[in-house]
Amino acid sequence: MSDDERIARETVAKVSRLARLALTDDEIDETTAQLAKMLDHFADIDALELADVEPMTQPYPLRNVFRDDVERAVLDRSEVLAQAPKAVDGRFEVPPILGLEES
Amino acid sequence: MSGTSSDTFLIDGADGSYEMVVGLEVHVELATATKLFSGSPNRFGDEPNTHIDPVTLGLPGALPVLNRHAVELAMRIGLALNCTVQPCTFHRKNYFYPDMPKAYQISQYDVPLNVDGWLDLPDGTRIGIERAHLEEDTGKSTHVGGSGGRIHGSASSLIDFNRAGVPLVEIVGRPDIRTPEQARQYVNELRAILVAIGASDAKMEEGSMRVDANVSVRRPGDELGTRCEIKNLNSVRSLGRAVEYEARRQVALVEAGERIRQETRHWDEGDGRTHTLRSKEDADDYRYFLEPDLVPLDPGDEWIETVRAGLPPLPAARRTALAETTGAPADGEAVMVVVDRDQDAYVLAVGEAGGDVARALVHVKEAYAEQGAEPTVPAADLAALTTMEVAGELTATQAKQVLAEIVANGGGDPAAIARDKGFEAMDTGALEVMVDEAIAAQPAAWEKFCNGEDKAVGALVGAVMKASQGQADGKAVTALLRARRG
Repeated sequence: MSDDERIARETVAKVSRLARLALTDDEIDETTAQLAKMLDHFADIDALELADVEPMTQPYPLRNVFRDDVERAVLDRSEVLAQAPKAVDGRFEVPPILGLEES
Repeated sequence: MSGTSSDTFLIDGADGSYEMVVGLEVHVELATATKLFSGSPNRFGDEPNTHIDPVTLGLPGALPVLNRHAVELAMRIGLALNCTVQPCTFHRKNYFYPDMPKAYQISQYDVPLNVDGWLDLPDGTRIGIERAHLEEDTGKSTHVGGSGGRIHGSASSLIDFNRAGVPLVEIVGRPDIRTPEQARQYVNELRAILVAIGASDAKMEEGSMRVDANVSVRRPGDELGTRCEIKNLNSVRSLGRAVEYEARRQVALVEAGERIRQETRHWDEGDGRTHTLRSKEDADDYRYFLEPDLVPLDPGDEWIETVRAGLPPLPAARRTALAETTGAPADGEAVMVVVDRDQDAYVLAVGEAGGDVARALVHVKEAYAEQGAEPTVPAADLAALTTMEVAGELTATQAKQVLAEIVANGGGDPAAIARDKGFEAMDTGALEVMVDEAIAAQPAAWEKFCNGEDKAVGALVGAVMKASQGQADGKAVTALLRARRG
């Protein structure tokens, strides 16, 4: 199967944009080819009869790992904010958010 | 134009009418002591960034551990909404936003905790619940340097992470709502349930309950139309106004032959309109995948049944019980107000103390509706007062005055207070004499009344009330006059 059929170049470009990765055109070509090879590898699974196999959501045989609803120590605000590029009035200051909604 | 009752609401077009179709998504913050995945406090109103820890800030290597109590509260919500509670998983919802330092929100995706339930409105309409899933809240952004804290034109944003990681349940209702009144009832009923089961304080004004509305319009019976999502609904009143405005806006577009674009819109309480916030086109690119740092959650039958058995009576059942005992309608104002304020047990206690529950219901409702106060009167005192009313020893007006004094003193013997105030029941003989005098003094009114003009009775009753210095019972006087008329 060819690279183009496994994954479209446009898909790679879109996903890299969503992940805020500034890929050049050459890098997108390269990544598309690499991802296609990986998908080829995964496609081997298609050859198996898996209808009766329960999907595995975790490799660990664990479920229901909880903590009790009890307060624990918090971090020191001044220490944390001292590591931020900018802080104002006990809060992190970040560049203005454009084109998105207020939360 | 259109109807305003809760069961029909149609918007006229040039050629037939349209109905609105509304589905609500409600986020509620759970009433836990700590966050969903870490031990920082879950508390509103503290100094910014004082509830932070490595998990909240998404520091490298920090691992989430699920809060058992948050799961239990989420199960209570699911069970109170008649959902199936099922084994489930957590997913990462990926997006970049500064109030979400990990660049993803831990939520539930294809297999949520609670599915397929319903909520019955007081008017009897059943609204489906698609799902109610657990997720973490984001931090809070404040936009500075611009106008009015809004994003557009701001110079920078300030982030407080106290709210980040607070446990939320998102309750996704099915598009079964057809009127603004039903939308309001849904939120009020949901809030009452959440408070009753102790899952959330559900305060829209503090943001612990947040409502988004999906609105579309269609000809009755048609397929669903294109929907718009309305945000920034900060009160039940805003919700009702916003869905009505939005439905009318969409009908106007359809009537003008235009297409409705699927988008997110922002309700502006000031101008009473919705405004485009962003188009929906890229909004679903969250690249969900299973959260590798959490294991599956499987509540199991035993835990589910324990939680179910621990649920208190829900508001609807309490309203039914109060209505049956008092004879008042279950969706009437008195029953709604009294259950909403958690005073139904008090009203029933007045009955158990030998009092009249119907009158107790009215007194307690009036304490809220008219005085805004909670009755702190011993049930036995209110019981004694209602007994005097039923026996005709006090008129409605007198009873109110006696009750006001009992409330002011935190209790008291109504008979003694009535004596002190000189409230003595008019005996029927004295009342008959006053009625005779009133008829003699106003023959014209009497004649009109006899000729079937019921309104004319007012002048006669008024004369008796005046003559008795307010001690006569207006209802008794009216009954006497009717009996005389024959």
